[in-house]
Amino acid sequence: MSDKPPGWSAARVIVVAVLLLLPFVGTLWVSVYARTGPAFIGVPFFYWYQMAWVILSAACTWAAYVLTMRAERARRAWNRAHAAGPAREEGGDR
Amino acid sequence: MSGKIDYTALIIFVFFFLLVAVVGFAAARWRRTDNLLHLNEWGLGGRSFGTFVTWFLLGGDLYTAYTFIAVPSLVFGVGAQGFFAVPYTIIAYPLIFIFMARLWSVSHVHGYVTPADFVRGRFGSKTLATVVALTGILATMPYIALQLVGIQVVLDVMGVGGSASSNWLVKDLPLFIAFALLAAYTYTSGLRAPAMIAFIKDTLIYLVIIVAIIYIPIKLGGFGHIFHAAADHLSSTNPKTDKPFGALIPKTADSQWAFGTLALGSAMALFMYPHSITGVLASKSRNVIRRNASIMPAYSFMLGLLALLGFMAIAAPGVLGAVKKAGGNAQLSVPLLFDTMFPSWFTGVAFAAIGIGALVPAAIMSIAASNLFTRNIYKEFFRPGATPREETRVSQTVSLIVKLGALMFVLFMDKSFAINLQLLGGIWILQTFPSIVFGLYTRWFHRWALVAGWAVAMAYGTWAAYGVEAPGKPGSHFGASVAPIPFIGGSWYIALTGFVMNVIIAVVLTLILRAFKAPDGKDETKIDDFEADSEDPDTKELPEPAAS
Repeated sequence: MSDKPPGWSAARVIVVAVLLLLPFVGTLWVSVYARTGPAFIGVPFFYWYQMAWVILSAACTWAAYVLTMRAERARRAWNRAHAAGPAREEGGDR
Repeated sequence: MSGKIDYTALIIFVFFFLLVAVVGFAAARWRRTDNLLHLNEWGLGGRSFGTFVTWFLLGGDLYTAYTFIAVPSLVFGVGAQGFFAVPYTIIAYPLIFIFMARLWSVSHVHGYVTPADFVRGRFGSKTLATVVALTGILATMPYIALQLVGIQVVLDVMGVGGSASSNWLVKDLPLFIAFALLAAYTYTSGLRAPAMIAFIKDTLIYLVIIVAIIYIPIKLGGFGHIFHAAADHLSSTNPKTDKPFGALIPKTADSQWAFGTLALGSAMALFMYPHSITGVLASKSRNVIRRNASIMPAYSFMLGLLALLGFMAIAAPGVLGAVKKAGGNAQLSVPLLFDTMFPSWFTGVAFAAIGIGALVPAAIMSIAASNLFTRNIYKEFFRPGATPREETRVSQTVSLIVKLGALMFVLFMDKSFAINLQLLGGIWILQTFPSIVFGLYTRWFHRWALVAGWAVAMAYGTWAAYGVEAPGKPGSHFGASVAPIPFIGGSWYIALTGFVMNVIIAVVLTLILRAFKAPDGKDETKIDDFEADSEDPDTKELPEPAAS
């Protein structure tokens, strides 16, 4: 059994951070999308681009939620196993 | 509007208001417990509802006069700039996801109910906690004022009240009626049964949103036509300023910076408000917050479509002229659009949705602010041993004062764009961000450095906002919420400029105070507290706030 708690690997931290950062880059870099075309059903690019980001950001946050939940669950399970394990083996020595 | 009263719309409007009052009262008697206002009823996570119902109710809470009136009227008045509300609500949720789970955990370990409770526990500073509490109360007032404006314009368009040319009492009659409604509503059982009312309110709101965003564009001949009409109008010259009304696309660097900083500043400010923190803390577990943060963005989509109502109002025949005739009050654009497009009876339904949708959040905000006062100021400084009965009485009084404060904001601030009320609240409340959010991660900041940063940023923000003239009204104050950065120029949302100053001052003073070994406050939190979840033995149900 490894001594390192599972869950938050470096890769997972980076992926969650990127997922949560993407909506900021996508919406706050205004000069990228401040233009009229191409229009979509008569709606200028500036407007439908932001509406598209609503859906994209929901997907990003949801993915971040799933990854976070899994990591926390794994860590909790590990903590429980460890809290019970050593206490039993080593008696009163904490 | 002067002239005829639309009786059909008015009767339906009054009917729904009475229905909500009766249902609220009945539900309160039926569900009466010893605790008239259970904290878990405030937020939605604490209720034992499934994801769909939670989603439904949370969404209803987001649709206030801000979404129905303030944002579309800014789009109506200046075009693209008003659309910043969409990126604002997009990035608010990743922020909640990141910060609020930690606040939930530490609050549930230590029994914090307000942001000021947390700051006091974390930094061991009464002064800092008081500062945070006072800012929360102050910043809530203009936000409530915005809701009052929402009710006011609806009454106005229905013909209750006078035209711009009548005397001040008749002119402001809708506002006083709105205020009386709010005060009466908060005092009756309304808030004791928020869930029952929320179902009626939210059903009305969704119905109106869906009908509005499908029916109106079809009737106006599609989005292509709507955007053409909007582009034509916005590029025409505003006789008051000799400049174009606005722009369909923000082309200049200044307008893009203003757009981006308004979005970012508003998003960071959103969850510093007392009523939103109370709601977040009432969630069942920290992961409920994260789950909700990931399903909430779906609402931003409807908010975007509602914002486009501003352009529809430009395209709809007669609305531009009617707004001009009523003294150029852009807030009238959406109610007038509904009045023009819908049959009378549905106009009544739509106005009831806007009215109730403004009343409920205004009541929740004023009670959250008054509880903040009772808990963090009255009990802290005046009567530590106050009885629950006394607390309730204080809360009720303060809640009325907060509403009177809101009324003052409506009466004395420039009314070109009501959204500036909410943005002014944002300028203030954002200055508590360093103490609250940085405090969730580090105690490196010195308590006095945080107080100093807050004080300078508050003074700067208020001064800068005071100095902004409304377009076409030289000598007016609080006309907008965007200003050049001192010594640098450009154009930023004042809240964010203030925030940057705030942080710089806090960092520099912390370094100085640490160099002089100034004594720190006592930190009662431990590192694990910030990640505790509802299944941990450390966390507990939060105590009840005072009932109102």
